[in-house]
Amino acid sequence: MIGRRTSWSGTWRGAVAIARPTVPAAIVLNLFIPLLAFGVATAHAKAREVAHATAQDSAAGAAERSARSAPMPPPLAPVDVRVADLPLDEGGAVLVMWKVPPEAPAGSIASFVIRRSMTQAEAASQRLERRKASFEAELKRLETQGVAPEQARTQAAAHAQREVPSPVPGAPEPLQWIDASEVPAAAPGAEMTTVVSSLDPAQEYQFMVVSRSADATEAGAAPSAAVRGEPGLFLGKRIYLLGWILFISGSVIGFILVARGGRPMRIRRLAALEAVDEAVGRATEMGRSVLFLPGIQDMDNVQTIAGITVLSRVAKTVAEYDATIEVPTARSLTMQASREAVQASYMQAGRLESFNPDSVSYITDEQFGFVAYVGGRMVREKPAACFYMGCFFAESLILAETGNSIGAIQIAGTAESSQLPFFVAACDYTLIGEEFFAASAYLSGEPDQLGSIKGQDVGKALAIAVIVVASLALAVQAIVPQWGIGSVAAFIRSTLTS
Amino acid sequence: MLRFLQTLDRRWIFLAMGLAVAVPILLQMRFPEKATPIAEKAFATINDLPDGSRVLLAFDFDPASEPELGPMATSLVRHCALRGYRMYFITLWPFGPQMIADKIREVIRADFPQLVEGEHWVNLGFQAGNEAVMQQAKSDFKRTFPRDDRGIAVGQIPMMAEIRTTRDFACLIAVSAGYPGGKEWVQYVVTPERGSAVPLRAVVGCTGVQTPQLFPYYPGQLDGLIGAIKGAAEYETLVNEFVEERSPGTTIPEKYQEAVRRMGPQLVAHVLMVSLIVLGNVIYFAGRRRGTVA
Amino acid sequence: MKRLIPLWIAAIAGFTVIASNFIPWTLSMGDLVTTMFNVLAAVAYVLGAASIAKVHLSKLSAKRPGWGYSVVTLVCFAVTLCVGLLKVGVRPEPLSPDLSFSGSYSEPGGAIWWIYEYMISPITATLFALLAFYVASAAFRAFRAKNLEAMLLLGTAFIILLGRTAAGFFLTNWIPPDTFGGLRLENLSIYIMQVFNTAGNRAIIIGIALGVSATSLRILLGIDRSYLGGAE
Repeated sequence: MIGRRTSWSGTWRGAVAIARPTVPAAIVLNLFIPLLAFGVATAHAKAREVAHATAQDSAAGAAERSARSAPMPPPLAPVDVRVADLPLDEGGAVLVMWKVPPEAPAGSIASFVIRRSMTQAEAASQRLERRKASFEAELKRLETQGVAPEQARTQAAAHAQREVPSPVPGAPEPLQWIDASEVPAAAPGAEMTTVVSSLDPAQEYQFMVVSRSADATEAGAAPSAAVRGEPGLFLGKRIYLLGWILFISGSVIGFILVARGGRPMRIRRLAALEAVDEAVGRATEMGRSVLFLPGIQDMDNVQTIAGITVLSRVAKTVAEYDATIEVPTARSLTMQASREAVQASYMQAGRLESFNPDSVSYITDEQFGFVAYVGGRMVREKPAACFYMGCFFAESLILAETGNSIGAIQIAGTAESSQLPFFVAACDYTLIGEEFFAASAYLSGEPDQLGSIKGQDVGKALAIAVIVVASLALAVQAIVPQWGIGSVAAFIRSTLTS
Repeated sequence: MLRFLQTLDRRWIFLAMGLAVAVPILLQMRFPEKATPIAEKAFATINDLPDGSRVLLAFDFDPASEPELGPMATSLVRHCALRGYRMYFITLWPFGPQMIADKIREVIRADFPQLVEGEHWVNLGFQAGNEAVMQQAKSDFKRTFPRDDRGIAVGQIPMMAEIRTTRDFACLIAVSAGYPGGKEWVQYVVTPERGSAVPLRAVVGCTGVQTPQLFPYYPGQLDGLIGAIKGAAEYETLVNEFVEERSPGTTIPEKYQEAVRRMGPQLVAHVLMVSLIVLGNVIYFAGRRRGTVA
Repeated sequence: MKRLIPLWIAAIAGFTVIASNFIPWTLSMGDLVTTMFNVLAAVAYVLGAASIAKVHLSKLSAKRPGWGYSVVTLVCFAVTLCVGLLKVGVRPEPLSPDLSFSGSYSEPGGAIWWIYEYMISPITATLFALLAFYVASAAFRAFRAKNLEAMLLLGTAFIILLGRTAAGFFLTNWIPPDTFGGLRLENLSIYIMQVFNTAGNRAIIIGIALGVSATSLRILLGIDRSYLGGAE
């Protein structure tokens, strides 16, 4: 196997950054790993203790409560009920606020039930269900009495109509209520809030808050004014996500500007891309073709675009060496984009007359139909160099093994982590994950593009910092919970899962 | 001998693998399956849903992955039918409708004829658009799937009356073979809802190759993960035990033992793989010692 | 201008989809953009079909080696297209018996169903099954304990391969479950998947996500234009 090399040896050492790291990774790792291991082990032990203690506490509490049970006065209705549209949401959510009556005896109110009014459609649907149930019950009764089926159906339908009459056209329908949620009661005098979601943003709803005691006695306040859960101007819960995006995008753009200012940007050598010339040269010497697969996904997948970007560079080399390239594609749009990329590359190399449009062809969308064609083509035509650059799935191993069997030099690049092991095992060179996305910048050598890789590494440094801080916080929380450091990790989690 | 092994034609290996798969199938070799905690968690997540829950079943796979995912899809549909949940079938793969139709025919129509289409289950078919479909379903499910596979508008289907968004489902069960699939469901539908008062529960069944990709999401975003035919066999065993508990002495049909049946060749094939790796290394080191590395 | 318009379209479409994740009233615009892509992809099928026809017809007319397979390809393509579009053999819906096109094309008994059930389904399953053979030959050829990392890889592979079958259970069920239960192969394989694999995958996923975001930003800002056909 020519120059066979995987990225394994280099990967774990240089995996943190493609560009030269500013902080020695070894020092950080040597401090971080033992601390993390200690923290995790302690956290496990502490978690077991806490779970056991919690179970004991709740069992003791339940026994105490049942021992103290005595007849309770009826609950008082909640006071100061207000409703408002939940701001900065995607719509369909309403904020319901009320106050626990200050004069309510302790324990008289077990929970608060929040009810909302039904929409006309819901009311109609409920009427239909009730009418159907009434019809079925009456039909069964009449059939047991021996009434003829047709007559029974007619009588049952009339009975159902009487029992569940349709609303009078033009007359206002009485409000009907649905339980939206139930929340445990707070202490007397406390302000309580809850969000009712899954509402129709186009509909208006009224709300009613009802106090409920332990024996299910209820006392309700008057219905609120009508309110609509309209979408806000911005999704407030994603503000942190926007912050992350702006930070990372800002660093990418910042380093692009720095690169434009003339500062040299160096990235480490990528063996797979250094071997492109060698592979194409080998194909030229052997008089065989170069096979390039830009993945099996469509142009909406960024891996396909990255693959076509690499294709344009490889096609330029092929044109310069006067070799032949074949690009079978699994999507029509990808075929079009690939064809234009290859044609432009031939034009750049000054070999437009050598360009054959049929060398870039559409095969089929069907995954295994495509790989059957490519596999057969490889066995018959025996290309000397095979490039797999894009999004691949289960067919990756079939392609790589077939290429291996014909003795071709194989260079692969994908961001599908599930397929990386197959490419690494069977190909001569593999671009793993982000290396594949850096390929375009690497091959172009343009400062703008190299600067974007450096900016991307800032994002990676941020991710590492967040992991270290959150892990340390959790470890410290497990050891000394009274310090309250766990809120740091909880805050980080809330921003990341927004 | 060493020379022969160093230049071994790969077709001998293919033959060995073929026999490793064929012989256990022909001899009907079966081995007991003990469920792991992950499979038990997936089972419990589905089993503990309230009666009459609405369950969204996304069958995002095709005939190529049917041998690995088909048995788990069968067990999932059977479990939901046994528990009396209302099942909503969808798919984002072009060949998915056939997979759904097969499972409905094999399980629901065959063994649960009392379940009425439109009241207890509905097949909403395929929608093109990948993640765009998921995002749209999150905000307006009926607009995303406007009619069922019979062409009936969802407004006329009784069990669709209460559905507006994916939040109206109690659980999402995604059986996926690739893209779009379990990972996209987690990214676009499950994770954004994770902070809500009643988060959408999610159980994903996937191929073996996809399982490592989905483990980072368990148990934070996923409530259950059924990985590969092994996971399918464990889940199938749990469902069969559940049936046995409810109706002791029930004979389990063969179609509900497919995953366990397919674990026979899995075992032999894996042992063969281990043997081949060991043999390959023995040949390599022997050759290195003699200075004749291939 | 020829290159400027596509760049602007890409930028507007891309930033609209990003905005739709944060600004609710742009959600419909984001849906529109993705729908437009689906329409384009559907129209592009015509281009793909034209490409297939052109390539195979030229091979057939020039009688190049393998032209017989081109005949098979063209015949299968035409037959599948016709039986699918015309819904050959599909029974009408019971609710609309007069409309011959009202039945579902995937209904059992129809010609397209027959093609799917007896040709596409078994062939794709067979090709997927080839993976088992290829993975065996790849394992035999490529997994060499050349260094420490390779040995760790092999050890992990053995644990997972055996732990995910009944062999793991048979080999290690003698280990007491209470104290050393974690050393049983089936539990060890789960631990490896949940801890080591998850950590490694998370790192790769983070790196890939950052790579995707940087690449997408380059494309949306028009810095990387090679996907349009050559760099300027």
